[in-house]
Amino acid sequence: MDAFKRISLFGIVTMAELTYREALNQALREEMRRDSRVFIIGEEVAYYQGTYKVTQNLLAEFGEQRVVDTPIAEEGIVGTAIGAAMTGLRPVAELMTVNFSLLAMDMIVNHAAKIRLMFNAQVDVPMVIRMPQSAGNQLGAQHSQLFEAYFMHCPGLRVVLPATPADAKGLLKTAIRDNNPVIFLENQSLYSIKGDVPAGEYLLPLGKANVIREGEEITLISYSKMVHECLAAAEELAKDNISAEVIDLRCLNPLDKKTIFDSVKKTRFAIVVNEAWYTGSAGAEIASLINENCFEYLDAPVKRISAYDIPMPYNKNLEQAVLPHKDDIEKVAKRLLMGEELWLKR
Amino acid sequence: MKDLQGFYEKDKLLNFYRQMYLLRNFEEVAANMYLKGKIGGFTHLYIGQEATGVGAIAALFDKDYVVSAYREHGHALAKGISAKAVMAELFGKQTGCSGGMGGSMHLFDKNVNFMGGYAIVGGSIPIAVGIGFAINYREEELVCACFFGDGAINEGAFNEGLNMAKLYNLPILFICENNLYGMGTGVVRASSVSEIYKRACGFNMPSKAINGMDVIEVYEEILLAVKAIRRGGGPHFIEARTYRFKPHSMADPDRYRTISEIEMWRERDPIEYFSRRLTEQGIADADELKQIKESVEVEVQEAVEFAEQSPEPEWTHLKELVYSE
Repeated sequence: MDAFKRISLFGIVTMAELTYREALNQALREEMRRDSRVFIIGEEVAYYQGTYKVTQNLLAEFGEQRVVDTPIAEEGIVGTAIGAAMTGLRPVAELMTVNFSLLAMDMIVNHAAKIRLMFNAQVDVPMVIRMPQSAGNQLGAQHSQLFEAYFMHCPGLRVVLPATPADAKGLLKTAIRDNNPVIFLENQSLYSIKGDVPAGEYLLPLGKANVIREGEEITLISYSKMVHECLAAAEELAKDNISAEVIDLRCLNPLDKKTIFDSVKKTRFAIVVNEAWYTGSAGAEIASLINENCFEYLDAPVKRISAYDIPMPYNKNLEQAVLPHKDDIEKVAKRLLMGEELWLKR
Repeated sequence: MKDLQGFYEKDKLLNFYRQMYLLRNFEEVAANMYLKGKIGGFTHLYIGQEATGVGAIAALFDKDYVVSAYREHGHALAKGISAKAVMAELFGKQTGCSGGMGGSMHLFDKNVNFMGGYAIVGGSIPIAVGIGFAINYREEELVCACFFGDGAINEGAFNEGLNMAKLYNLPILFICENNLYGMGTGVVRASSVSEIYKRACGFNMPSKAINGMDVIEVYEEILLAVKAIRRGGGPHFIEARTYRFKPHSMADPDRYRTISEIEMWRERDPIEYFSRRLTEQGIADADELKQIKESVEVEVQEAVEFAEQSPEPEWTHLKELVYSE
């Protein structure tokens, strides 16, 4: 595809090659220009230009009133965003990493997620909480966690996890316009990846998965960074004439069950991949949904690939051994398609 | 004792009296309804603290915001939610101020800017900071009054919220109703500083302890603080020293206080005290006060009938409440 322009059904869409980080920055800038109620609040978002540079240069354009540095006070940041959202503003809060969101969990789960129902929909809480998560950067046990399952478990929240620069822009813009509290989980390991991003108004609906690679024989379901591992695995499988379909869920809430079920009914085999721990993961939920809804279509049990249930060690080799990789996906896919008996005899 | 005559319109004073008695009678009736099984869950009564809620909220503009915790029936009534809507909420009915979705601890009414009762101790504080932030963002001349108990001051949310409020110079009045107990634990056993107002001094915030049993003192002190806030003076802190005459909740056996302590505070009953001042100073006679009481009792009785007769909320409605379109 041309890096700058391509012909779509609707005419010419201007594209630019941007990093995931730049795409997020563009989404923030466009939404802040469009709507004066949108403001950014978080640690190091203004003068430092963002811990991961996602808010770079926004202070210069929008000023201190709309790009607000805070003390290190996660509960205060999220609580401030909730109160502002309840009284008509549209805050985008940034928490430096998902690990610190646990300090704001009371505000997220007990407050943001509850307020609309508890007060009979007299108020909405239109806010976004952006935070990066990931593992594999030798940051040790306290900085190498993924918490999407915690947020997915809680009704009242939206949970969004973009895997590509274009999705990062399209989903963040929609998240900012959504009237619900949206947990927007970026991936630290993806900030520097590049991809074509549509210029200007580009909105992706929440809850619409992307069949990012079509295939016939097995469905690989994932989101965020693991989408790229699944795509790499699918590439390897293709060399052995195995046609794998890759689904990027984009959102865990709302969850696009139809796209998952349609694909599994077609391929009859499914693997769900997440970077987080195994037990109680988002992958476990999805596998269970497939079992409940597609049991008679399945030719084998749904498989789950994840990190091991271990607090992350610092040592590089051990860390990589804890995390899931494309080789694991490839191996499990072959084993599933071959059948246990043949696999053991191979 | 201050001389009320000449400083206040009679109507205003009688309205203080009426409101305090409304809060009192409402809670007495609510307790009965709880014992009859009409009200579920926890029910935290405001009895004994009426002077603080009434005096403080009377010092605000109608458009000012109020945020509260779970002992908030009194604040909700004083802010202008009708007794009917509050009672119906306690009954879990569709006509309740939160549509039967919130209950005793989650009263809310956007029409009077009563921005909710929250039942996680300290949780209302960061939310009040956000409301104050939005007031400044829009350059409005409003104030957000944030009520919480003495238990909340030991939470992290208190520390984060007060610090940010001062840092951003937000128009927030923090009102700590010190009723001496966080559930069953006395302030002296929970806070390293027993004079709570001193906590706010650590945030460089103007702070003062007041007599929360005297509606006039509360009104005057809050009025001063709110005026300073409206002039851009930033957040202020008031510790209102008061006492709850009833247990922590309807489920609390109340074994951590002595009867003599409760009796001593009951002698300072804010309603009795105020009515003595009114009659001794010749502002109102006993008959007038009796008439006010009777009209309040009718209002509360009508609220109970309204709550009884109101419909239950529907399942179909519930599903529309989780997410906004």
